[in-house]
Amino acid sequence: MLKLIGQRLALGLLTLLAASVLIFAGTEVLPGDLASAILQNSATPENLAEIRKELGLERPAAVRYVEWLGGVVRGDFGHSLTNKRDVIDELAPRLKNTVFLAAYAALIAVPLAVILGLLAAIWQGGVYDRSINVFTLMTISVPEYFLGYLLIKYIAVELGWFPSLANVSPQTPLGDRIFLTFLPMLNLVLVVVAHMMRLTRASVLAIMASPYIEMAILKGLPKWRIVVQHAFPNALAPVINVIALNLAYLIVGVVIVENVFTYPGLGTLMVDRVSKHDVPMVQACGLIFAATFILLNMIADIGAIMSNPRLRHPR
Amino acid sequence: MTESRFGDEILRVNAMRIQARGESGLGPVLVDDVSFTLRRGEVLGLIGESGAGKSTIGLATLGYTRSGCFICGGEIVFEGRDIRQMSLVERQELRGHAVAYIAQSAAASFNPARTLYDQVGEVAVRHGLMSPAEAKVEAAKLFKELELPKPETFGERYPHQVSGGQLQRAMAAMAMMAKPDILVFDEPTTALDVTTQVEVLASFRKLIREHGTAALYITHDLAVVAQIADRIMVLRRGKMIELGDTGQILHEPRDEYTQRLVKERIVVHDFVARRGEGEAPLLDLQNVSASYRTLKNVIDDVSLQVLKGDTMAVVGESGSGKSTLARVVVGLLARASGDVRFKGESLPPKLHARSKEQLRRMQMIYQMPDVAINPRQTLLDIIGRPVSFYFGRSGADVRARVLELLRQIDLPEHFIDRLPGELSGGQKQRVCIARALAAEPELIICDEVTSALDQLVGEEILRLLKRLQDELGIAYLFITHDLGTVKRIANKVAVMLKGKLVAAGETATVFAPPYHAYTELLLSSVPEMRTDWLDEVLAKRRRSA
Amino acid sequence: MRLFGHKMSILAQIGLLIVVVNIALAILAPVIAPYPEADLVGDAWADPSPQFWFGLDQIGRDIFSRMLYGARMSIGLSLVITCLSFTIGIIAGFSAAVLGRWVDVALSRIVDLLLSMPTLIFAFIILSVLGTELPVLIVTIAVLDSTKVFRLSRAVAMNIVVLEFVEAAKLRGEGLWWIIRREILPNAVPPLVAEFGLRFCFTFLFIAALSFLGLGIQPPFADWGSMVKDLAQVINYGSPAALYPAGAIALLTIGVNFIVDWLLAVYSKGHGEGA
Repeated sequence: MLKLIGQRLALGLLTLLAASVLIFAGTEVLPGDLASAILQNSATPENLAEIRKELGLERPAAVRYVEWLGGVVRGDFGHSLTNKRDVIDELAPRLKNTVFLAAYAALIAVPLAVILGLLAAIWQGGVYDRSINVFTLMTISVPEYFLGYLLIKYIAVELGWFPSLANVSPQTPLGDRIFLTFLPMLNLVLVVVAHMMRLTRASVLAIMASPYIEMAILKGLPKWRIVVQHAFPNALAPVINVIALNLAYLIVGVVIVENVFTYPGLGTLMVDRVSKHDVPMVQACGLIFAATFILLNMIADIGAIMSNPRLRHPR
Repeated sequence: MTESRFGDEILRVNAMRIQARGESGLGPVLVDDVSFTLRRGEVLGLIGESGAGKSTIGLATLGYTRSGCFICGGEIVFEGRDIRQMSLVERQELRGHAVAYIAQSAAASFNPARTLYDQVGEVAVRHGLMSPAEAKVEAAKLFKELELPKPETFGERYPHQVSGGQLQRAMAAMAMMAKPDILVFDEPTTALDVTTQVEVLASFRKLIREHGTAALYITHDLAVVAQIADRIMVLRRGKMIELGDTGQILHEPRDEYTQRLVKERIVVHDFVARRGEGEAPLLDLQNVSASYRTLKNVIDDVSLQVLKGDTMAVVGESGSGKSTLARVVVGLLARASGDVRFKGESLPPKLHARSKEQLRRMQMIYQMPDVAINPRQTLLDIIGRPVSFYFGRSGADVRARVLELLRQIDLPEHFIDRLPGELSGGQKQRVCIARALAAEPELIICDEVTSALDQLVGEEILRLLKRLQDELGIAYLFITHDLGTVKRIANKVAVMLKGKLVAAGETATVFAPPYHAYTELLLSSVPEMRTDWLDEVLAKRRRSA
Repeated sequence: MRLFGHKMSILAQIGLLIVVVNIALAILAPVIAPYPEADLVGDAWADPSPQFWFGLDQIGRDIFSRMLYGARMSIGLSLVITCLSFTIGIIAGFSAAVLGRWVDVALSRIVDLLLSMPTLIFAFIILSVLGTELPVLIVTIAVLDSTKVFRLSRAVAMNIVVLEFVEAAKLRGEGLWWIIRREILPNAVPPLVAEFGLRFCFTFLFIAALSFLGLGIQPPFADWGSMVKDLAQVINYGSPAALYPAGAIALLTIGVNFIVDWLLAVYSKGHGEGA
């Protein structure tokens, strides 16, 4: 089993490397000239030459890639084209904010989703199950910004319970932070819980349809015991998978939710700089998002490996 | 088998009816007006083909029905109390404790995430009979009784770490833990190899006799049930056909259906005495070896010859390589070494390197007719395709040919536009045969073609195949694990063990002494329709051990 | 009411109604819309009135009319993209399942790589550089989305390929195209139809999200996502204008999901307690 885990880690690293190539290639391998693409209408011969020098465009792409990668490993993502500052200086506080929001949402969403999903599977077919099925079907169909604006309109503007603009800065104390980011957190939670709950329920139900569950029924075991002692240990693998994949989904949700609430995080930064063609910044943000995504997928895979009894206790 | 061995009546089933129920309303009746009684220490065998309702009856004695059906009539009285009137809690008390179930597939019935001790002991602990520690001791005792290896530590293992036969016995131990009054065995040895079956059957019988438990033994194999049951009930399509002592059922069956079930197995056949034609072999395997990427030498240096008009049976248990042999002959698996020649011409190892003509001459029929034909194609499409593909015919020509083939396989002509879903298992297998015939082949490879069919249906298929061979002179390569079938249809036989050919030649020669040791083991493991067969085999094995 | 031979649940019927109405409105937009898409017909941010059912947007265009035209753009574009991604995904997925071994491995690795990045981020990067003209948008999203279709169609085809009738066809000597078309496809329809619905929803939401973030469909075309972005400017002042297009997006997606959910439930099943 350790061998499998090791292989998975290696694969993850390789994927990260490939993703970095894709990110670099995506921004720099173009039909036409990168410099003019960046400057678009404000291109003058002087500006073009300056950009080319700044980015070192005379050198071949492969060399620039290796340099960029080398810099990244050392924590140096280059200079932002928008304001000439070090990318890392602008990036770091934004990253902290995004991580805070994501963690805040995840800590509440994960236990909630797993428990709700488990209950829905246990009381399958009952009123609770059917109503929550319809409710979550609606929540996952709905775009995050719809929920977000609903929350803003009714809870922030009309009821005034929470602010609609989540304005945090590095100095904001923890208590205030939790209060200010409540609405964006709620937005994220509503979307992610729905997905996770449905998948948890489906996984547990699939397990409940296994023959060894029928055998447990025929042994006269009561239902709660069957679910907890027989179904759940086998459900661990798929549930961990579901959680990790949904946390990966959280990344995308974060980008949108941050924009709805104008929260100073990585999502708003990236969207802003994309429209300004700030290539180094976009590359850095993209790389961080990709790395997190890959990491979470890897955790999902490793979790599945570790909870498979056949792999834990080989013949 | 005297009456005094049995105690009081412990189970009485009266006019039980079980019906299917779906979203669109009530469905067919699965169990129709079945009644029987069971006394302490008595074993009642439930015999029937698939769809007879035997499993459904077995489960009903635990007060359980599978989703989609319900008990709509009758009483199931256990020790004076009607199970149907019991609440769910009372039924849960009953299950595992008073009545215990042993399922067909042990591998599927054990939770892969928990140890055997946990699961075996669970029943007793849950019913408050023992503490977990005591349960472990009791389980080890039962493991020992059932002759499992290293009984003290056996329970610490996980289900996937032990073999099929061992797992089946572990399930019997699990059922015995709470000292139930009735054991329900549901086809427990069907999934096992013939040689393993003997040992497991003997263990079960010993267990029942030593604990004086009553039992319901459900199976489709009359010879197996004859070894263990005191009385036998014959079921067909949910109805009770006959109920009587084992001896009477075997030797003086009253109902016509029972007679048919008994007849084929109990009559001793003469060996098939046809001779293949000509000197030059149709199919010639010379020193063929093949491997899978993960398994080496699945077939090891096999040489065989099939003459025109021969029926060559290839027998072996699971893992013998017999199915792999078929795949190598046909080109699905490339042989690693050796030669496969058809009519003197060497066939390329891989399927896609062979010509259409080479492919046409050898056809294959599969084990499971349900998945061997495309459910979305009509019979005309299925049987007609080889006609248009190999012979370039089309339209009315093809239709006429398909009608001709339908006649040959004894299916009504109007079936030509039907979809497979409307046909029974036996009829689907006939379609597969017609599809093979449509190519006008010279050799047909039959891969366990009757194994998935009910006994009587399978026998009809064998008769059909024999008739077609007489009419058309086709040779068969007949892969099977069932020695009874071999005796009925094959004039030549090849016995395989772990990839090697241990015996080959005329059936009359291979199946008569002096035997190769493995052939003898195989032959002696096939249950015969006499109640003392099992005792005899066990005695023989003890003597030679 | 029955569809594919099965009775539809109430939710599924509601979903079907929603979908049909949306498609009808989209097709009939030029006929029904009271005002043209890009015309300025009054003061900016005018409130809803009998003349302008949903009020006017940030530069004075009728929101209701723009929503009808937006339906055409959003739904039409999503359909085109989904069809394209489906075609690519199915051909690749079926081929991988039938041809097996190195074709399968190669395609699966490429797909894994494309899926290793969150789609939104990847789309961002590509669009930020290549621009957002419609053809670019269509091809980019179709290719990225076809990876998911690939995964599903490959899984479905693999389940079918192991059935003996496919092997029987191979043994006959049938070619790849025949096997895909006559043996596999007819048996793969139900899960694929459900997947089409899911992919449509995803694409629809995705385009709306991109437009919302400023990278999708550009003005003056009306599309629900960018309308949300524009109208959201005044939400802090209590105007619910942004909720109309956002709500429309939600409604259509819910409708399709109801149908898909019913389809998926019809094709799977479980055990019993009883009597």
